[in-house]
Amino acid sequence: MKFLTEFRDSDVISQYVDEISRAVTRPWKIMEVCGGQTHSLVKNGILQMLPDNVRMVHGPGCPVCVTPLNQIDKAVFLAEKCSVILCSYGDMLRVPGSKHSLLESKAAGADVRILYSPLEAVKIARENPEKEVVFFAVGFETTAPANALSVLHAHRQGIKNYSILTSHVLVPPAMEAILNDEESKIQGFLAAGHVCTIMGMDEYFPLAEQYQIPVVVTGFEPVDLVQGILMIVRQLEKGEHFLENQYTRVVRPEGNREAQKVIEQVFEICDREWRGIGNIPASGYELRPEFASFDANKKFSVNIEKVSESTECIAGQVLKGIKKPHECPQFGKKCKPQSPLGAPMVSSEGACAAYYHFSMAMEFTT
Amino acid sequence: MCLAIPGKIHSIETQHGGLVRMAKVQFGGITKEASLEMVPAAKIGDFVLVHVGVAISIVDEAEAQKSFSYLEEIGELDELILQTQI
Repeated sequence: MKFLTEFRDSDVISQYVDEISRAVTRPWKIMEVCGGQTHSLVKNGILQMLPDNVRMVHGPGCPVCVTPLNQIDKAVFLAEKCSVILCSYGDMLRVPGSKHSLLESKAAGADVRILYSPLEAVKIARENPEKEVVFFAVGFETTAPANALSVLHAHRQGIKNYSILTSHVLVPPAMEAILNDEESKIQGFLAAGHVCTIMGMDEYFPLAEQYQIPVVVTGFEPVDLVQGILMIVRQLEKGEHFLENQYTRVVRPEGNREAQKVIEQVFEICDREWRGIGNIPASGYELRPEFASFDANKKFSVNIEKVSESTECIAGQVLKGIKKPHECPQFGKKCKPQSPLGAPMVSSEGACAAYYHFSMAMEFTT
Repeated sequence: MCLAIPGKIHSIETQHGGLVRMAKVQFGGITKEASLEMVPAAKIGDFVLVHVGVAISIVDEAEAQKSFSYLEEIGELDELILQTQI
């Protein structure tokens, strides 16, 4: 497939890896922010190909992994107690809440549906006017326009039985939180290409400048990743720190203005709780007051108990790049994809699940 | 979650009384519907990056080639720097 096959060419990848090996003289710790990049790095065996001096650690860019437990409990409550049609992306359904997952609610008879797009949820609402339809809207800036668009479509069509349970998170505040964590010690960032496709690059100039750290906006295919890593290594070796764009075929410096307009129309910035990390100020989106009638939090009265996380799970340290998945004592033992202690073992983009599924990676990387 | 796949626009139609442009986008052998509301300039034959049913960017073919000439460029650049240092 065009724009995919050529970016998976093993000869080109090898040339990049050779150049990284030539360029690197000291150990560097680099974080890829997005879970999609983590998945691609592990799946394609890039971690084993890199020289020992390049240590990749995996960031918090897996929305499913950072969605708080009580949000999942809320979705389970809506599906089971409020008789709604509860829709979301596939990964979200498998994450265990404090009692069980949405998929288990579905098995027990609740109307829970896996959708490809939130726009399909609006269609379901239109076709089922007697039922309330709730879309569990998780995601980063990449997904925000689609979730916002679903609200606008419902609004335009006068659909009253549609609402969203929002759990949107934003990348730059999380990067800053990681940089402010003394234990993380990240020296370079591969920024998330698809987040920047929407938001552009402006938010990252101050990060690179203030924290004197190289930031390279990077794509998701193997060639993209090794090129991004080379760009970071070259900056680090020269003692430079600036913002670069590897993913120029997709990311424009200004981002996608149309998408930004839709986000601004529907959402406003709020503080957000990140599972495993804690509260980060101004790190999420919630619906603007004028769209309150589409807010599932306001439409339904949801009373759930606040529960605490498993004390055995070290997801917070993994998401901040302090520890690698296989450094957790429970990795592959008590914690497996079929019986996860924490969310990074659930989502295919979670670092723990990626390491588990492609377990060869952990034997060679430290 | 932020997965987005490049596909080729096969056809375009308007829905919701002309308000929404929707496209049939081909991904290899699979065709899926995607909203073009975020990429008003997109036309039939363009490659767009689609995320959860919404096209979010038009893929730039000339820029795509840069990943394959980058190594050559930095090689020449390094040589130039080396020459000026001598």
